[in-house]
Amino acid sequence: MTKSCQWNQLSLRRFSIMASAVGRICGARLLKNYGLVAPQVCQLSTGAQGWTKNRKLWLSTVGVVGSGVGALLFALEQSVQASGSEAHAPHQPWSHDGWFKSLDHASVRRGYEVYKQVCRACHSLQYIAFRNLVNVTHTEEEAKAEAAEAMIKDGPDEEGNYFERPGKLSDYLPSPYPNENAARAANNGAYPPDLSLICSGRKGGEDYIFALLTGYMDAPAGVVLREGQNYNPYFPGGAISMAQVLFDEAAEYSDGTPATASQLAKDVATFLRWCSEPELDDRRLMTIKAIGMFSMLAAVAYYFKRHKWSTLKSRKLAYKPVSKK
Amino acid sequence: MSAWTTLNRVVFKRTSTFFLAAAAGTFFFERTFDVASVALFESINKGKLWKDIKHKYE
Repeated sequence: MTKSCQWNQLSLRRFSIMASAVGRICGARLLKNYGLVAPQVCQLSTGAQGWTKNRKLWLSTVGVVGSGVGALLFALEQSVQASGSEAHAPHQPWSHDGWFKSLDHASVRRGYEVYKQVCRACHSLQYIAFRNLVNVTHTEEEAKAEAAEAMIKDGPDEEGNYFERPGKLSDYLPSPYPNENAARAANNGAYPPDLSLICSGRKGGEDYIFALLTGYMDAPAGVVLREGQNYNPYFPGGAISMAQVLFDEAAEYSDGTPATASQLAKDVATFLRWCSEPELDDRRLMTIKAIGMFSMLAAVAYYFKRHKWSTLKSRKLAYKPVSKK
Repeated sequence: MSAWTTLNRVVFKRTSTFFLAAAAGTFFFERTFDVASVALFESINKGKLWKDIKHKYE
């Protein structure tokens, strides 16, 4: 590219910043008078030389490596993963599946009830505070009542003693065990994981949770379970220290929904999805906004491209032979 | 004189009024767009959101 052409580009860029404001007003008339065609041709046409050898080599290497890595990642993601012994959780029709679908808040509320009545005996939920429930599953009054039911360890007071007090909205949900060692000691050495982020932390997410909670069965012949272990085909290795906890009527719903085992599992899985991604609803709304905004911007960009190219697309090149006479 | 020409002359010609128009346009566009998006979101998810069930608990 020649020097004058580079200069033209630079000045064109400067000019186009001003022109973008002015251009909206003047429209196509702007292009007629200012002799913009020449630098534009210079900018938009590819050189007669094409790419240099080095450039070609470099770009093709980038292309090959990039697409290779992409293909590898895709293949790894798509693989059947049949090397493990665990069963893969079948996909369930979650009501929050889809680009625009929010969580079912009635289900999240029921899931909280299941957590409170069943899961909380062993599993902590340490990153969820009672205030998080407000306007998601509970009204402020209800959330305050939920918090007040729990005894929170606080302190030290003026005399240096720790004490227990009823919870407040700002408190996090109390854990069933003071620490991991206590949890292990109470559960045959197995640590019941914290459930705050479990839905994002396990492959399969809520499908896995649902399958695990409803998938308990007798161990097939040849599988040896140790004392206190149970067989669950969806758990990696099959031997899980958690016993089946969700049976029909294992928990009670305040809204009168029949508490079948699968209903309990579905609701608690939805609840745990909310725990992992409290921003899910906002993200779905943001998807709608982003699609709306970007489609408008795409229309503008399309018009702008046509506008800028119009001179080039409609040009006529006339060659006037200079007569020698 | 068409409305567009009048608009050009009165609003867009001067930088100050042009940017004022842009700011005001942004405000009204944003409000409309926001309200429309939320309405679409709420109509897609009717019955599932907290605002749809909270009357049961108040």
